[in-house]
Amino acid sequence: MSIMPNVIIRKNQQGQLSFYVPKKDLEEMVVSIEYDGPSAWGGEVQLVDGSKYYIEPLEAPPQLPLTLRVKRL
Amino acid sequence: MTERTRTENEALIQEVLKAYPEQTKKDRAKHLMVNDKNVDKSKKCIISNKKSQPGVTTMRGCAYAGAKGVVWGPIKDMVHISHGPVGCGAYTRAGRRNYYSGFTGVNNFVTINFTSDYQEKDIVFGGDKKLEKMIDEVEMLFPLHKGISVLSECPIGLIGDDIEAVARKKSKQINKPIVPVRCEGFRGVSQSLGHHIANDSIRDWLLSKRDEDNSFETTPYDVSILGDYNIGGDAWSSRVLLEEMGLRVVAQWSGDGSLSEMELTPKVKMNLLHCYRSMNYISRHMEEKYGIPWLEYNFFGPTKIAESLRKIASHFDSKIQEGAERVIAKYQPTMDAVIAKYRPRLQGKKVLLYVGGLRPRHTVGAYEDLGMEVVGTGYEFAHNDDYDRTMKDMKDATLIYDDASAHELDEFVKVLKPDLVGSGIKEKYGFQKMGVPFRQMHSWDYSGPYHGYDGFAIFARDMDMTINNPCWSKIPVPWKQADKSSLAATA
Ligand code: SF4
Repeated sequence: MSIMPNVIIRKNQQGQLSFYVPKKDLEEMVVSIEYDGPSAWGGEVQLVDGSKYYIEPLEAPPQLPLTLRVKRL
Repeated sequence: MTERTRTENEALIQEVLKAYPEQTKKDRAKHLMVNDKNVDKSKKCIISNKKSQPGVTTMRGCAYAGAKGVVWGPIKDMVHISHGPVGCGAYTRAGRRNYYSGFTGVNNFVTINFTSDYQEKDIVFGGDKKLEKMIDEVEMLFPLHKGISVLSECPIGLIGDDIEAVARKKSKQINKPIVPVRCEGFRGVSQSLGHHIANDSIRDWLLSKRDEDNSFETTPYDVSILGDYNIGGDAWSSRVLLEEMGLRVVAQWSGDGSLSEMELTPKVKMNLLHCYRSMNYISRHMEEKYGIPWLEYNFFGPTKIAESLRKIASHFDSKIQEGAERVIAKYQPTMDAVIAKYRPRLQGKKVLLYVGGLRPRHTVGAYEDLGMEVVGTGYEFAHNDDYDRTMKDMKDATLIYDDASAHELDEFVKVLKPDLVGSGIKEKYGFQKMGVPFRQMHSWDYSGPYHGYDGFAIFARDMDMTINNPCWSKIPVPWKQADKSSLAATA
């Protein structure tokens, strides 16, 4: 079974994307996100600590913060 | 004062661990660290929020303590029922000194212990009927209460009472909110999960109550104070500063807070968060649902207060920014006088802290303002994100400990020889008997407030009064006595 943690994605005051996994108290900056354009948002996300997650791509950038279920890669 | 090096502190940790059996040693080693400023993520150095070791005296509380004692208990115009046997509520009643205004027993119930006092028959047959009866009695005896929270103690979860159903039914009958909180003590590893459960119950049962109601007149300067429990008046001495700089404080969570303040919080422009640990959950929720940004601040000591006021003001217009400067300038002379008086008496003194919530990192600035140095710090129930923040605030090579045991603290104190230990009531008498100056830093040792400018003056006085008290050298510590034979005689 793949782990699908609930994650809150928000923008910090410097405008960087941050990733927060409440169950694990993991608060980490996002270094890259696969789709960040006007027509798609999400895909593979990499965090500062090297871990990777997959967000089911959305059709447009969402209003942040947002709670999502993501897949740990 | 010679600073301890990283190697010395690492050796100390190894020394302390020697007392444990193999498995415990391995586990406890993960909870002790020496601060390294080059590491930005605490999880590489310290493990936290894990079950305490059996047989080791932990200083933690239970989930009920976190939900009732910390988050729900201080809300003044609600009745908080300790649902279950009588002890949990009786032994924690009024211990946190959350100050409030109003008339106790009339429109205000913080220090009254309401309990359903479970007996054997309630455990056997279930206690839902008893809870219903109790709610009727509350309604009759205290008609001015604004709502009820039902805080489950351990047996409620074990016997499977349906407090949610009772809450829904009775809430309709009395036409006031009744919030069931599933904070049985056995949930989680410490009081920390209780904070989270309490936050979630506020989110699910209260927060959206006025979403459709726009009758509340808002201003662009509305803020709320989250995670200030008004211990000894802390929230009051914080609130005045925000108001003086031109902001309007709509709600205090939860010290001296009220039900309607909580319900109005989704209308504010910004949530100001003091205790991150106990209220970050609801802050994050309000950010997501209502788009209200939240900001962590620190009102301990003039340096951090000024920094925080400017940080808060930077999110508002120039009127507020000028207001912040005005407030800082107004209190500066008073603060200079406090520092001039106490710093010479406290300069170079070493402090060892072991507390909870925000204090192990937030009070550091206040000690530094007095020329003191924190040589060791630790939390009872912190998580990784707290240690991330702590590592930034502490000096390099400072000793950091998570869920420390009595043995560990004793040994740290013997070796680090702090001039002051700041911890809780469970640690207080042990250290005092060792002749070590001690302040109870959970509820300020019957003093306070310590937040804000007014609070700093009291903080400085209290630290001086404790450290420079002549009593400490008069305490006959058995192992410091030269004459061992007299000890043997009394043994
Ligand atoms: S652990 Fe259970 S029985 Fe003990 S104080 Fe907490 S709720 Fe009460």
